[in-house]
Amino acid sequence: MSDDNPYGKDPTGTFFNRVQSFEIGDYPNTELVHFPKSCLHCEEPPCVPVCPTGASYKREEDGIVLVDYDKCIGCKYCSWACPYGARELDEHQKVMKKCTLCVDRIYDEALPEAERKPACVLACPTNARLFGDVHDSESEVSVTIRESGGYQLMPEWGTQPANHYLPRRKTKIKIHEDELIRADNPLKKEGLKPKTVVDEATLDDVTSW
Amino acid sequence: MHPALSVIFLTTLIGAGQGLFLALFTAQSYAAVDFVTIQNPQQFYAYGSGIALLLLIGGLLASFFHLGHPERAWRSVARWRTSWLSREVIALPAFMFFVFVYGVMHYFGWDPLVIKTEHPLQGQLSLYIGIIGTVLCFALFICTAMIYACLKFLQEWHSPLTVINYTLLGTASGFTLATAYSAMMAPELVTLFGTWATIITLTALVSRTASLLRNARIKHKSSLQTAIGVRHTNIQQKAMGLMGGSFNTREFFHGAKMGLFKSMKWIFLVLVFLVPVVLLATGMRSASIDILITAFVAQYLGLLAERWFFFAQAKHPQNLYYQTI
Repeated sequence: MSDDNPYGKDPTGTFFNRVQSFEIGDYPNTELVHFPKSCLHCEEPPCVPVCPTGASYKREEDGIVLVDYDKCIGCKYCSWACPYGARELDEHQKVMKKCTLCVDRIYDEALPEAERKPACVLACPTNARLFGDVHDSESEVSVTIRESGGYQLMPEWGTQPANHYLPRRKTKIKIHEDELIRADNPLKKEGLKPKTVVDEATLDDVTSW
Repeated sequence: MHPALSVIFLTTLIGAGQGLFLALFTAQSYAAVDFVTIQNPQQFYAYGSGIALLLLIGGLLASFFHLGHPERAWRSVARWRTSWLSREVIALPAFMFFVFVYGVMHYFGWDPLVIKTEHPLQGQLSLYIGIIGTVLCFALFICTAMIYACLKFLQEWHSPLTVINYTLLGTASGFTLATAYSAMMAPELVTLFGTWATIITLTALVSRTASLLRNARIKHKSSLQTAIGVRHTNIQQKAMGLMGGSFNTREFFHGAKMGLFKSMKWIFLVLVFLVPVVLLATGMRSASIDILITAFVAQYLGLLAERWFFFAQAKHPQNLYYQTI
């Protein structure tokens, strides 16, 4: 992974994962969406069949799209064939790099089972990223996609990304206008307040403390 | 897209080489049916094939500069079942081989009669080698163009016009070169090649204009809305996740000023079509080698501009994610 001039004038390098920000809406009703972007591991990856050497491949067993760095000739054709721009040429190794879904971590039996997840999933402080098998309809990710309206990016190209995005969740409370005024205030409702009786003995008169 | 010089030279050089071979074979076919008589056919075909082969080698060399690991280029023949690039890598050397054989046969005069025909020129082996070469030549045009035309989300390229343009423009430049070449080697063929060069150039003008018109009114399917999956008419990028540029900002943007981009279109329209057609007409009339060579040089330079524009014009949907730093 190249990382040139990290503290210099023109820092550049290869990324597996970027977080971009988009402002949505018209001022003042705007909100900022932070949008993490990496390889989506498509079910129909357009980057795979175009590879002339077979260096770019989708694994049969788990569907992870990977690059064989020893076979890649660095022709960049697969990066042209990815509508998401998920593939980047490593300027030093001159081969195509992309998110591997941390394929080395997720099968590493030396790690505790809870940690066999991609690094980005483990790192996310708010658990915004989920990891699992989208083909298992009862997995956490499948249930979340199904029940929370998970969607795919650029569905118009038929790439069917395995990675789904979840719509933003907002906590909303609906308050109707009339609920702002307390309609059932007993003091206002009954109108008359109990009056003090002047000519009768008060409690103080009949008791001696 | 960023126009890579290596790919511009690859496609234009092999296009001219392919066109020149087609022109030579056209002359041979015409001679076989007595439409033309060539004074010194052996030399004419041999040196012509040599020039075509040099152009093809030049294109092949240019293509290596596009690769990160040229030493592994041999691997790229592996996926011919799915990849047009792989198919091109097979078709180009195969075509070069037949051009080489074609040239060598003529140079040494090895041209046995393989079929007994009434006309001696119809049964020669070189004619059948030429037919195979022609088939491979068209296969190569298709492979080269399909590399671009098969990418469906690069909508400017995803059209049969891409294949037609690559074929016609390559053939046109080859025939223009053949006109200049024949002015030196076989003056009796100047009119034949010059006429065909003009016809093909004008046909290419029609198809290239058609693709320019198509691309001018193209509607892109992807938008920021589909790119990030948020349905709102007003979405603005505020950060692309990096500040110093990356592969994504270098490979997919042409980076030229709008003025240069727009003028490139007129530069190539003038140089590829107008100038050669005028020069071919005057060159044919005066049989001037200089004018005809100028016609080819102008058309070739124009094709460099045409290819630059072809790449620069294509808008990759990934650019939606890189609108602002």
